[in-house]
Amino acid sequence: MTTLLTHSGLMSGRWLRILWRQPWFVAITLVQPVIWLLLFGALFERVIEIPGFGSDDYIDFLVPGIIAMTALFSAGWSGMGIINDLDRGVMDRFLVSPARRASLIAGPLGQLAVIVVIQALIIVGLALARGADLPGGAGGVAVTIGCSVLLAWAIGGLSSAIALVARKEETLIGAVNFLVLPLTFLSTAFMPGDLTPGWVADVARYNPVDWAIEGGREALSADPDWSDVGAYAGLLALAALLCGWLATRAMGAYQRSV
Amino acid sequence: MTSAIRAAGLVKEYPGGIRALDGLRLEVEAGTVFGLLGPNGAGKSTTVKILTTLSQPDAGEASVAGLDVLREPERVRATIGVIAQRSGLDPEATARENLTLQGRIHGMRRADVRARAAELLDRLGLAEAADRRAGTYSGGMQRRLDIAMGLIHRPSVLFLDEPTTGLDPEIRSAMWAEITRLARDEGLTILLTTHYLEEADQMASRLAIVERGRVVVEGPPAELKAGLRGDAVAVDLRRPEANGRAVAALERVAGVREVLMEGLSVRARVDEGATAVPAVLSALESAGVTVAAVTVSRPSLDDVYLQRVGRSFASDETKEETP
Repeated sequence: MTTLLTHSGLMSGRWLRILWRQPWFVAITLVQPVIWLLLFGALFERVIEIPGFGSDDYIDFLVPGIIAMTALFSAGWSGMGIINDLDRGVMDRFLVSPARRASLIAGPLGQLAVIVVIQALIIVGLALARGADLPGGAGGVAVTIGCSVLLAWAIGGLSSAIALVARKEETLIGAVNFLVLPLTFLSTAFMPGDLTPGWVADVARYNPVDWAIEGGREALSADPDWSDVGAYAGLLALAALLCGWLATRAMGAYQRSV
Repeated sequence: MTSAIRAAGLVKEYPGGIRALDGLRLEVEAGTVFGLLGPNGAGKSTTVKILTTLSQPDAGEASVAGLDVLREPERVRATIGVIAQRSGLDPEATARENLTLQGRIHGMRRADVRARAAELLDRLGLAEAADRRAGTYSGGMQRRLDIAMGLIHRPSVLFLDEPTTGLDPEIRSAMWAEITRLARDEGLTILLTTHYLEEADQMASRLAIVERGRVVVEGPPAELKAGLRGDAVAVDLRRPEANGRAVAALERVAGVREVLMEGLSVRARVDEGATAVPAVLSALESAGVTVAAVTVSRPSLDDVYLQRVGRSFASDETKEETP
């Protein structure tokens, strides 16, 4: 266990170094969500007037959704690093070293957590600048970010698994594009569940992106129901564990193909 | 003899029915350099992948440093160094950072890694470029860093899969010298795969020719060549009319076979070129033949390959390299 932790730390360190040397990655994955926050926030400013919306500021309502969405986007691409490593022979070199298999998955996920935290803090800063209240305060923001990190780990694990099985950038790009938009819109990111068609609300209940949004939104509210937040966080943690396990299985599948 | 590497009956089939290994057998004595020679696709890399625990055979067994590669892969990984065909360096990290991570994964302490990395970078002539990103390195520098990566944790068995492919001939021979020196200094066992006859000949104390997933012949390079029964001797004459006398004289010398005339020169095969030349010269002298030049050539590994595989190695290579 200590070896696994040491190796995961070493691998995360490597991925953070890569991030440090190409920080534009954070900027690129931020562009879209920032546009959505500012543009949607302005465009749909008045949706709060719909009876039953339940929030008096649309930016306030959007923040957890935009944070989860950013985490989703960044996480979707995290398999790219693995494909790069496969192409360059880096993965094979680690596989013939004593490096623990799970640490090879944990490394990119460690980097991902840092990316998600940076992006979320930028989004929170922008929202505050646009006049959001975020009644849940710093604690609520921390819990929201925590939920999004768990979401990112789940999606990142899935992305790594796809990368290890497909081993082609094109396949991963296709899979990510196929997943990301439906996962974003089949959620309560832009509209409360009560105001969406019934089937969307039904699907959203099983969508991990929605778990992160609902958990965050609850934590950011004036009077959070912490058992609700805990349930969402628990579900997200389970999803992250499941996808992480899937990715280590995919590592085995890759090795059988070598 | 203590074997550092042992493999028997290795079979590996890839999807699509490609049989990469077909009962390969191998034994490498500890502390020696062993060469696996063969054209691309013969099964050399697959053998290395199995012995380094990257890949698993469909049948057969193998051990490295006395450890079973199938039952104790973790322990095998801790004792081996691997320099694969694809370098596997992190281009975003400097040479020192690449080496540090590799050493730390092998459980080395920080101070130990630091000292060992500095030592290797120095020995491989990379000290000045140590803090530059590996992605900015030339091909030759990357290869030297690869070697350092394979040695950082002081392995006892080193696998070199086509270490000099794609390098300039000049850099290539410098590399041979470096690897040989390091192997000697560190008391390593090396398994080297190559498709350069010259590389196998110069570096390996024993070699095996691999063809279609099997070892077709194995032994020290000199012995394999001696197995061809003899060197070639060519005698160039000053006057063509002496030909008949020269042939007759040579045929009487003990140990000289297959005497042939070719224009102004007479060719023959002898067991040992060096010992046959004085006898050949004195026989010709007493027959009154004036000799312009004598050349003795050792049989090459190409001759061995030709005899065992039935094709010349060069023809295999040009076939492989023309897409």
